[in-house]
Amino acid sequence: MRNISFCFQIHAPYRLKRYRFFDIGQDHYYYDDMQTEDQISWLAQNSYMPLLCTLRDMVSMSQGKFRCGLAVSGLTLDLCQQFAPEVIDVMKELAQTKSIEFIGVPYAHSLASEYDRDEFIAQMKQTAALVEDLFGQKISACWNSELLYSEEIADALHTLGIKAAMTEGAKHLLSWKSPNYLYQSASQKTVKLLLRNSQLSDELSFHFADPAWHNYPMDAEKYANQLAAIEGESPIVNIWVGIETFGIRQNAGTGIFDFLKALPYYVMEREMGFMTPSEAAKKLTPVDVIPSPYPTTWCGEGKDLSPFNGNDLQQEALNKLYAVAERVRLCSDKSLKRDWLALQADDNFLYMNHIDAGNTNYESAYDAFINYMNVLSDFLLRVDEQYPTTIENEELNELLKTINNQEKEIAELEKQLKKAQAVKAPKCKAPKAEEPKAEEPQPAKKPAKKATAKKK
Amino acid sequence: MKALMFGWEFPPHILGGLGTASYGLTRGMAQQPDMDITFVIPKPWGDEDQSFLRIIGANSVPIVWKDNDYEYVRQRLAGKMSPEEYYHLRDGIHYDYRRIGTDDLGCVGFSGRYPDNLIEEIGNYEAVASVLAHSLDFDIIHSHDWLTYPAGVFAKHISGKPLVIHVHATDFDRSRGNVNPTVFAIEKRGMEEADHIMCVSNLTRRTVIEKYGINPAKVSTVHNAVEPIPDVDSYKKTPRKDKVVTFLGRITMQKGPEYFVEAAARVLEKTDGVRFVMAGSGDMMNKMIDLVAQRGIADRFHFPGFQRGRQVQEMLAESDCYIMPSVSEPFGISPLEAMQLGCPSIISHQSGCAEILQHAIKTDYWDIDAMADAIYAIVKYPAMYKSLSELGKEEVNNIKWYDAGLKVRAIYDKVLQGH
Repeated sequence: MRNISFCFQIHAPYRLKRYRFFDIGQDHYYYDDMQTEDQISWLAQNSYMPLLCTLRDMVSMSQGKFRCGLAVSGLTLDLCQQFAPEVIDVMKELAQTKSIEFIGVPYAHSLASEYDRDEFIAQMKQTAALVEDLFGQKISACWNSELLYSEEIADALHTLGIKAAMTEGAKHLLSWKSPNYLYQSASQKTVKLLLRNSQLSDELSFHFADPAWHNYPMDAEKYANQLAAIEGESPIVNIWVGIETFGIRQNAGTGIFDFLKALPYYVMEREMGFMTPSEAAKKLTPVDVIPSPYPTTWCGEGKDLSPFNGNDLQQEALNKLYAVAERVRLCSDKSLKRDWLALQADDNFLYMNHIDAGNTNYESAYDAFINYMNVLSDFLLRVDEQYPTTIENEELNELLKTINNQEKEIAELEKQLKKAQAVKAPKCKAPKAEEPKAEEPQPAKKPAKKATAKKK
Repeated sequence: MKALMFGWEFPPHILGGLGTASYGLTRGMAQQPDMDITFVIPKPWGDEDQSFLRIIGANSVPIVWKDNDYEYVRQRLAGKMSPEEYYHLRDGIHYDYRRIGTDDLGCVGFSGRYPDNLIEEIGNYEAVASVLAHSLDFDIIHSHDWLTYPAGVFAKHISGKPLVIHVHATDFDRSRGNVNPTVFAIEKRGMEEADHIMCVSNLTRRTVIEKYGINPAKVSTVHNAVEPIPDVDSYKKTPRKDKVVTFLGRITMQKGPEYFVEAAARVLEKTDGVRFVMAGSGDMMNKMIDLVAQRGIADRFHFPGFQRGRQVQEMLAESDCYIMPSVSEPFGISPLEAMQLGCPSIISHQSGCAEILQHAIKTDYWDIDAMADAIYAIVKYPAMYKSLSELGKEEVNNIKWYDAGLKVRAIYDKVLQGH
């Protein structure tokens, strides 16, 4: 039986405010709240709410047979909680139907998987925690930012215990193979690979209301026929789109919501079903391995990362940012950690693209770079205040470990000392001399340990 | 296709951008095999490059009939014009210009500059045009800038050939809106009489349509281009401790020098290791020196004076950033020259060249914060400098006069078709 796997990606970034270089070191608030709120409420009103409500109707009309995935970045969940709580409410309702699977996305919708593996793992965990907290679901599939995937990412997913990786059905990955089967990662057998059917997905995103398109006008029956007509067994057809497709790229007037609503009926009429990504990974058997030594994404013609890190500006910004990743993870300042995430959103780097800067709010790539770098300069100063760059990362790590462990160790030693005293006190008072030593930091510790060990 | 062009400047003796643009455009057009250009200027110096066009000096065209024998004419016009040509032009005298003071050959002298009696020179130039219109053979008349519009119009009336005019600047740009009525009248008449108007930018095109009330259908934009610098690799950037930000041009109201000083003061508030240079001269220079002193940045702000010839390129090549905060710039060719030398440019949105440049920073001329921010980014973030320098150079090298020439040619063809 053929299954259709619908997934929707939801992501909106924080907008940075106009931040001049004379603000560096003076002003530590980087966001244009008005613009951010304006954007998120506009998105919520025109796209998120209509789509999520449509999904809710589809689930109830099909008695739960319609199933799909939602990939929401952590930042977007935060933004929705703050500016559009109704979105979270509908998502909760959807979560209760058990027909919707929440898919893991790096918290900041960042390119961390490419620049700092530990950061990627941390962000995946952070998203998982938030999703579990809000919707009571555990995450077992990963839609990395821009469907970014490579063998290294498969490794990281394996560490995280994630079973299904999602990526683009790119020509250079597939060659003659079809995206409509389950595959597995070349390096990690436990990580199953699902590939987007770009042709059928893009028909919705880019052609749906295009009168010049040969399939115009598209309706649910025609689309279901196309799905049914795919050659071979093709057990899983992955239709994955950005949520802006619904209501923004194709506005409500094109009838895209009604199209979607009618789709489950026609799909089921043709004896096809619906599956979420992790169900597919669990139920289907992988037919082959697909090695992916280089990062693959769903971007542009090249299906690589070049729209985000292809020019000098982007590379400089990314390198400067991730150079402090380790340090930021060490620190505990909440607002610093918050900014760290917001600054990682990959949109910031897309705005620096000379050719296609997406949904940019800047005049040019240079303008975007100037603003971002000014903000980043201030951020780096703050990191530096916490941990001066004069100290090497490793050294810093050691020192921090020592400081963190010191208390534990002192407590431990004191406990042992008391025990020893309790045993030995009636006999002799010799151990008393060791007492002040145990309280002293580092240099005193090792001999103290040895001394107690001997006594045992 | 034979074009009769009226201009005012031609390299190497130039006073502003008009000469450079005239040279570039004619050179680009001359690459079309059937293009035959005769270029009239008030006073040639004899060292102009005539390999691709024919230059006629207005000061050796007779406008009053004088009887001179062959040998005398040959001696007097040696190197400028042959006696045959002199006699041929003399046959074109149809009007009585004895009121104009002429020399023994019947020619009138020109300064070739922008003297106080400019209006008189423009009138004399018109007289020369009448003679040329009667004696030369051409298909179309092309006038460069307002000084030559009356000449073009007169030639059109005499010959019945169509006239296109090339607007390199308007008086609105030069005066920040405080227009000289005489100049305005000359410009407006030229525009109304012209069969087609070419502007160097959309900005200028808008001015022509809105301020002079010209029918938009006969106004097109032909953006300027830039001649490749032949010895571009010979200019070196010496490594130095301080970054150099340069302003280069006439220090006049039109160029917005005060915004540069204010932006410099903003940058120096926050950082050192940057020096600012304002090269050139002009009526606002002393005021700028005062302003620099008032802001207390005189130790980091330098006025090296007027630069000529190779000095200009050397200065640009040594700079880390070139800035042109013009209040109103019809096109502005200098940022393109800076970019050819790998120097990143900051230009105002009120400059015509902003319309065709992607790899330059654009700000509004009054937005000194944005300008300061851009300067700071270029001197502090290496990727910014590298990107602007490399991509900018590549971009500018693809802006060719040949393409501008093709656009002009298309306009010629269209005008002739409808004529």
